[in-house]
Amino acid sequence: MSKSYVVIAEVRDGKLRQVTLEALQSIGLAKEHEDTVAAVVLGHQISNIAEQLSQYVSGQIHVVDHKDLEFYNAEIHFSVIKEVLDTLSPHAVFLGHTASGRDLAPMIAAYLNAGQLSDVISIEKTESEVRYTRPLYAGKAFEQKIFTEGPQVITIRPNNIAVANISDAQAEIITVEYSPPLSLRTIVRDVIRKTSGKVDLTEAKIVVSGGRGVKSMDGFKPLQELADVLNGAVGASRAACDAGYCDYAMQIGQTGKVVTPEIYIACGISGAIQHLAGMSQSRIIIAINKDPEAPIFKLADYGIVGDLFVVVPLLTEEFKKALA
Amino acid sequence: MNIYVILKQTFDTEEKIVIQDGNISDDGVKYVINPYDEYAIEEALRQKEQHGGNITVVSIGPSRLAEALRTALAMGADEAVHVSDDAIHGDEFSVSKVLAAYFNDQSYDLILGGNFSIDSGGGQVAIRLSQLLNIPHVSSIIKLDVIGAQAIVLRDSEGDTEKLEVTLPALFTAQQGLNDPRYPSLPGIMKAKKKPFHHLTLDDLGLTETEIYARTERLSLSLPPNRKSGQILQGELHEQAAQLVQLLKHSEVKAN
Ligand SMILES: Cc1cc2nc3c(=O)[nH]c(=O)nc-3n(C[C@H](O)[C@H](O)[C@H](O)COP(=O)(O)OP(=O)(O)OC[C@H]3O[C@@H](n4cnc5c(N)ncnc54)[C@H](O)[C@@H]3O)c2cc1C
Repeated sequence: MSKSYVVIAEVRDGKLRQVTLEALQSIGLAKEHEDTVAAVVLGHQISNIAEQLSQYVSGQIHVVDHKDLEFYNAEIHFSVIKEVLDTLSPHAVFLGHTASGRDLAPMIAAYLNAGQLSDVISIEKTESEVRYTRPLYAGKAFEQKIFTEGPQVITIRPNNIAVANISDAQAEIITVEYSPPLSLRTIVRDVIRKTSGKVDLTEAKIVVSGGRGVKSMDGFKPLQELADVLNGAVGASRAACDAGYCDYAMQIGQTGKVVTPEIYIACGISGAIQHLAGMSQSRIIIAINKDPEAPIFKLADYGIVGDLFVVVPLLTEEFKKALA
Repeated sequence: MNIYVILKQTFDTEEKIVIQDGNISDDGVKYVINPYDEYAIEEALRQKEQHGGNITVVSIGPSRLAEALRTALAMGADEAVHVSDDAIHGDEFSVSKVLAAYFNDQSYDLILGGNFSIDSGGGQVAIRLSQLLNIPHVSSIIKLDVIGAQAIVLRDSEGDTEKLEVTLPALFTAQQGLNDPRYPSLPGIMKAKKKPFHHLTLDDLGLTETEIYARTERLSLSLPPNRKSGQILQGELHEQAAQLVQLLKHSEVKAN
């Protein structure tokens, strides 16, 4: 019997997030040929997103388009998703391991009485089962897990699984009437966008990170300039966040975000074990530090011993030349 | 106000991970309260300082967990609940079911937890619990103001800040930046010894092993591959910068 797979699509700045295409690819890795794939997309003025999704999904695309869905509200979004899930009775639901995916997935799992595997980085299908690999201790170890029974909920870590290819599939776009939840206990009063237009840290191919060595809020400016040239994002060590040089949302490490970019550039970061946990799976690691003994150099593919305030602007110039 | 904190005990963040006989070795490992849960405890204390009430810390796990609960009591929590049972060897599905069974018999205004646990990193239990209890939740909060039966919270959403208004009872998970956890004081440690400490089993909660049977199962564990030590560039800094860009060009980095 064919099973139903569902992806909860995510829209950001009016665009489909790349992690949704990675989640679709993940479904491709897990499902059997005869299984169906559906997508759910919520938001405001998203018909173009539905069109775009239809190039990747063979089954149905459930679109819920309403002003109330412009900003994420756990209660509202979940009540809408719940209704769609009731009609689809999914075998598995895939989401991105993003702010909203991390929030919605456990609600969906509790509702479906399902198991959930969070932050999955790779998927392997054998004759008898689908194996999901995910990090423990922010990447100090990895575990391979399976579902024992029941429906499944999976969140996919951005940047680890290839994006799905456009197929010749012609999905059916279904417009779902929005009906607000009966009792609403949560109201979103305000959303202060600080990241609008910026490259998302967990999805960035290049991350330029600053530590206590950047010395001030202004010290992040040369790092941001380098990141801008490379179309990358800026991250930070906890010491930089604790010192108030930047937002905690930028923290990378065991108690922060885990990133796996193509290139990680650590500037003025000593390389504490808690920081390494969040970035050591990056493909190429570059360290810039005044102290030749800094532990970060043991991990780095390339190291420059020097003052970051001199080295980072030099690098920015060199990249500009190379990319011109 | 009835305030509850759900917490977990985890390896200290300094610990290196060693795999022995297919399991993560806990030989000589130092345990701490999950760092995110510490923010939840601190927030509970601050809310009680402002509004009065009672703080209960609740956790599920083996006997060594009592130490983490005692630390929370020494920080200022009023009561501890330790659920332990050999029949609980589950996943987040199981743990949230057990917690829900406990909370079904309690009256609560505020339940606080951590954003995620730094060991398994699932980020599921607290949010699952809010669903099972049918109360609203806000995850990853960086500010909490309780005003009567309402809470005004700020939430971190990947760097953006959302301001929400929530009707209590509600559950919140703590993000870094919410507060600065205090250390247990010596008088606090002395007082903790006399505070109520409840032990519960699955039987006490009216649950059976089959009801909480894990939905997921671990097949294997592995360590990340060792990285080869790299190359420290030489020469004038501007030469090094140019050399680095050349090296990256040749390593076929997929930018953008
Ligand atoms: C429970 C717990 C959880 C933690 N979680 C995390 C986490 O998630 N992420 C994290 O990052 N940390 C975490 N930490 C903190 C961690 O232990 C370190 O304290 C932190 O990573 C250090 O940050 P840093 O490297 O920026 O600062 P430091 O260790 O102070 O290093 C600063 C570095 O900058 C260099 N430097 C100074 N000036 C310059 C300059 N002008 N040019 C070049 N180099 C310069 C110095 O040589 C030094 O190596 C955690 C700690 C605890 C206890």
